[in-house]
Amino acid sequence: MTSTLTISHLTKRFGGVHALSDVSLSVAPGERVALLGHNGAGKSTMMKIMLGLIAPDSGDITVCGAAPGDAEARMKVAYLPENVAFHPALTGLEQVSFYMRLRNVDPRGAHDLLARVGLADAATRRIGTFSKGMRQRVGLAQALIGHPRLLVLDEPTSGLDPVSRRDFYELLDGLAADGAAILLSSHALTEVEARTDRLLILSGGRMVAEGSLHELRSKAALPVSLHISAMNGHVSELMGAFPNAIRTDAGLNLTCTQDDKLATLARISDLRGMVADLEVIPPSLEDIYSHFSRRDGQ
Amino acid sequence: MIAGILATARIEANIARRNRWVLIAVLLMVVFSLVLSAAGSAPTGALGADRLSVVVASLTSLSVYLVPLVALLMSFDAIAGEVERGTLPLLLTYPVARWEVLAGKLLAHVLILIVALAAGYGAAALVAILTDPQAMAGLGALWRLTWTSVLLGATFLGIGYAVSALSRRASGAAGLAVGVWLGLVVLYDLGLLAAVVADEGGFFTTQLFPVALLANPADAFRLFNLSAAEAGAAASGVAGAAGMIPQWQSLTSVVVWPIAALILAAQVFRKVDA
Ligand SMILES: Nc1ncnc2c1ncn2[C@@H]1O[C@H](COP(=O)(O)OP(=O)(O)OP(=O)(O)O)[C@@H](O)[C@H]1O
Ligand SMILES: [Mg+2]
Repeated sequence: MTSTLTISHLTKRFGGVHALSDVSLSVAPGERVALLGHNGAGKSTMMKIMLGLIAPDSGDITVCGAAPGDAEARMKVAYLPENVAFHPALTGLEQVSFYMRLRNVDPRGAHDLLARVGLADAATRRIGTFSKGMRQRVGLAQALIGHPRLLVLDEPTSGLDPVSRRDFYELLDGLAADGAAILLSSHALTEVEARTDRLLILSGGRMVAEGSLHELRSKAALPVSLHISAMNGHVSELMGAFPNAIRTDAGLNLTCTQDDKLATLARISDLRGMVADLEVIPPSLEDIYSHFSRRDGQ
Repeated sequence: MIAGILATARIEANIARRNRWVLIAVLLMVVFSLVLSAAGSAPTGALGADRLSVVVASLTSLSVYLVPLVALLMSFDAIAGEVERGTLPLLLTYPVARWEVLAGKLLAHVLILIVALAAGYGAAALVAILTDPQAMAGLGALWRLTWTSVLLGATFLGIGYAVSALSRRASGAAGLAVGVWLGLVVLYDLGLLAAVVADEGGFFTTQLFPVALLANPADAFRLFNLSAAEAGAAASGVAGAAGMIPQWQSLTSVVVWPIAALILAAQVFRKVDA
């Protein structure tokens, strides 16, 4: 299947700042891709370039078979900016109806659309009176208008409460099942790993990692931690068996590589008379993320 | 294409209504028109003109100042406001062209202006017709004043959009709009009159002065209405020139200015980064 979004060798500088350097990626229909990276990594810049809001210095970009910002691309792409804003004097209903008319969608569906993002009761209130999360939901509502083939969402869950976040990802699942490609940026690692198919990590304008969490985990080859709770009085004997371990109150902590994990577990189970309990702690998301996202000199 | 323009016009009308711009524009026009027609009612018989034609002459002098002011007030925020609020980038990712956005705003603002003009001129005309049975004779002049006022308003809406796109900050745009109004509507005439006085009927007065009048949208508007009516020769100093400039020339200026101003606005808006 051809990709909905293809970027190759994209470069963008702002004066002396290398916002993006030789970035390539593609997103297929129905795929949910998360874009991660530190503040200033270039996530928002990349999204604005895909939408034709900023011109790249070099690189090829194809969005739904067209160039970014082309009339055809704009018909098929929905965008949620990172600090979405609306005219404070308008009601949610008026604002969303306006966006529906621009997309040639019947505005009579505006109320249903607002209900989908949980704003049914506030639909006729002015956006100026909305809370931050409510404004964010208006932003989400406008991104759902029509049948976008590509959704570009810049920190879509910022300002949303936990329940709304879950609802939001459920909405995304439905859209993806429908064949829409989704690219979203986020700083919330846990929700992103559970609800997307693939992660992209930008660091200092470079694409430093790409793949499913599983792939990134093995690529990072970070050590696994094991925490052994010793039976009463057996801590010293266990320390003898694992001289590299670190002694804690009631047991010991040791680390091993992914490849050694099973062998290490086998050794521990040989000592089961002395072991009260065993915990295996894989490298956390944060560990994997910081492994890739580490900037030069950091 | 039409859908995008109409959708924009609709939302702009909502905003203008909510921000009380409609109310302000209508009140301004009605109050000033009534005050003026009351004040100008005394010398009617002396001029031998019907009451409505006299009122139209006074309204012309009023509109030269008021219509540009109302138009600039409505338009200075149009683009700078979107940039400042941060609503422009999202709008520009929608399948709507920049010129369509501008056309939609123009449509809404022109309609509001028409409502305000109809209310103001209508009120003044009604008073004239009720007090003078001959006043129906001035209806032609009133109609001419109305449509030229709409064109004058469109000109200054276009100038306001250009100013708004240039400054990209609502506060800066407001200042610039006031400057434009002062310059084109007030100071320009004062400068011309001073030059005419100093020139004492020389080359400037005979050659440059008419061109300078035609080049200014507000002066062209006044010239066209006065030369057409002839009734108001005493209404203003500049009006003396109305006799020496052919009417087709002032008409051309009245028609060309709004087109030029709107093209300018579209060009400047195109250069605004999202
Ligand atoms: N208009 C601009 N002019 C100058 N520099 C810019 C501009 N826009 C972005 N930059 C720079 O480009 C770099 C990338 O910015 P960008 O907004 O893309 O980061 P981000 O990954 O979205 O960060 P965050 O997580 O904080 O949203 C930053 O160094 C930023 O200062
Ligand atoms: Mg960002």
